[in-house]
Amino acid sequence: MTEDKDDKNKPEKLAKTEEAEEIITMVNRGIEFTKELLQENERLRFKVFQTQQENQEIVRQSSSASLAQKLKEELQRLEEEKQKLLDEYNKVENQNLEYANRYVEVEFENNNLANLYVCSYQLHSTLDFHEVLQIIMEIIINLIGAEEFGVLLLDDKIHALRPVAMEGRDLNAVPTIPIGQGPVGKSAENGTNYYAADIDDTQRERSPEEPLVCIPLKIKDQVIGIIVLYKLLPQKTQFANVDYELFTLLAGHAATAIFSSRLYTDAQRKLSTIQGFMELLTH
Amino acid sequence: MKILVVEDSPTMRQLISFALKRLKDADIMEAADGVEGLKKLNADSYNLLITDINMPVMDGLKLISLVRRDVKYRNIPIMVITTEGGAEDRERALALGANAYITKPIQAGNVLEVVKSLLGIP
Repeated sequence: MTEDKDDKNKPEKLAKTEEAEEIITMVNRGIEFTKELLQENERLRFKVFQTQQENQEIVRQSSSASLAQKLKEELQRLEEEKQKLLDEYNKVENQNLEYANRYVEVEFENNNLANLYVCSYQLHSTLDFHEVLQIIMEIIINLIGAEEFGVLLLDDKIHALRPVAMEGRDLNAVPTIPIGQGPVGKSAENGTNYYAADIDDTQRERSPEEPLVCIPLKIKDQVIGIIVLYKLLPQKTQFANVDYELFTLLAGHAATAIFSSRLYTDAQRKLSTIQGFMELLTH
Repeated sequence: MKILVVEDSPTMRQLISFALKRLKDADIMEAADGVEGLKKLNADSYNLLITDINMPVMDGLKLISLVRRDVKYRNIPIMVITTEGGAEDRERALALGANAYITKPIQAGNVLEVVKSLLGIP
């Protein structure tokens, strides 16, 4: 009976066993699936982490790139500003240099004008013929720097230049020079300055007929005499521009000063003579 | 400041004075020779002496040596302006006590520069 019962239950047991096995299989599959899911989850989490890291890197890179760009732009702007300032600085520097050069030029002209003013002032400061001659000599020594030179005045009677003042040479040793003869006579005849061909050789001994420089003393076109330079002071090795201006000034102002002083002296002499006559007549 | 210019040439005296007038507060006195210069130095107090060498009555070198013997002017700056361009003349003047030596012909600007340097004016 029991066996029969068992026999009757056998298929049922078998079915249950199969069912249990099936359930176990399913559970196992579930476990495996869960494991797989967990693994996949882990992988995905890792992937998310990686992506986050990459994102952060991209954000970081992108922000540093924009900063670099900004800095580059700022650098460019500063470079341009620096260039502009440098241009401005160079402009100002050039202006400064120009002003400095102009200042030097103005100063130089001032000095020259001071010399010319003093000469002109002194030449017309007296009506005494000998004082005028003395002043001409002083100007030539002190402002031109001549060591040997003289003044010759035109003697209309003999149509020649007669020495009236000499520095560094004996007055009597210098001959009277006829108008038109040699550089001195020709300079007086033409009314033009004469400069020796070797004008740079300012220290050479020269004869009275072959001077270094001749400056005719002129009132308008009328020559009344001549200044002759033979030798300059040792420290004066060449003529400067102001010297030529002084020559021009001397040519005119010294001539009028000499002429005026001679007229004045003559007038004074005549006045004295007339006064003498008057005194003789009245007494 | 008082400056004494001792020079026998009126033209040079005027030119030097003209140059020195550009200095602020410069009181410029003139003398025609060494003796007149010495008298003016004794009568007043000066900050600078400018002298020529070749002058009548008393020359510049004698004037310098006398000035340097005077306690009052032992330290006064002395500037020589002369036609004598030789090295010996320069050395003699400097040995006697001159502080600066300039040869003629002069330029007003040059004189002014040396004067400023002697007086310590920038």
